[in-house]
Amino acid sequence: MPRGLLTVIASMFVVGTAVGLPVLLWLLGLIRFGDDILFFVLAEILLVSGLLVVTMRDIIRCGLAMIVCFGALAGIYVLLGAPLVAGAQVLVYIGAISVLVLFAIMLTQTKSAPASLVFQTQAVGAALAAIVLAIVVVIAVAATAWEAAAQRVHTATDELAALLFSDYVLPFEVVSVLLLAAVIGGVFLARREEGGPS
Amino acid sequence: MSDSLEAYLVLSALLFSIGTFGFLARRNAISMLMSIELMLNGVNLAIVAFGAFIPNLARDGSVIALMVMAVAAAEATVGLSIVIAIYRNRKTPLVDEYDAMRR
Repeated sequence: MPRGLLTVIASMFVVGTAVGLPVLLWLLGLIRFGDDILFFVLAEILLVSGLLVVTMRDIIRCGLAMIVCFGALAGIYVLLGAPLVAGAQVLVYIGAISVLVLFAIMLTQTKSAPASLVFQTQAVGAALAAIVLAIVVVIAVAATAWEAAAQRVHTATDELAALLFSDYVLPFEVVSVLLLAAVIGGVFLARREEGGPS
Repeated sequence: MSDSLEAYLVLSALLFSIGTFGFLARRNAISMLMSIELMLNGVNLAIVAFGAFIPNLARDGSVIALMVMAVAAAEATVGLSIVIAIYRNRKTPLVDEYDAMRR
């Protein structure tokens, strides 16, 4: 079978599952129309792109999948009623950190490195540890009786700003000093030494 | 489903576990930093979910999440600078070849 046809079939299967699963759950009455379907689709995109980040061989594609992952997470923040956090997620993660990571990938990529050896030898143990961690945390979440409200609370941006500049003004200023230190440290560490290796 | 705190906490736990796997299993230093970003995002999702559902934490959760984002940006800057500086000396981004102190 030609490789292009396989790719088409695989992508149709992925898209069909991604669209069909929420529709199926909705028809079964497990999730409601509206926010629930939105949450389900965003969670799917988040988890699939997160898995692609840690499993794909080409590291540039890992970086691009990371952008998709951050975008889906911004959507979930909007769903949670925190639009300012969603905006900051888009600005800081998609706009700044992803671009930084992509530039670092371009600066450190070598043709000579064996691209097939992506994983350490302990990859199987790492997978087991991650699965056990996920199961333990999920059990802990399920076993705890949360005193949670039944409805999400929408966080208005002006209330958030008032809180940020009254109760949290000292951490806010400390963070600005931390960012300054990080900028100076980054420039110092990454600068080229005089007369050193090119 | 989107109105229960548990769903968001389970999602953040899964994202954190994916990041843990990537950090433990990948050989490339930049892949490890990307996995750390995934883990930080999972924690941030849990913080924002707590802020949205626990009445005592309303609004504080968002402020703490913004602080975590700023610290994550600082961490990414310094971490990637260190990777680039090591790459300039050792000519490889693979962490298991940084064995100068073991030989």
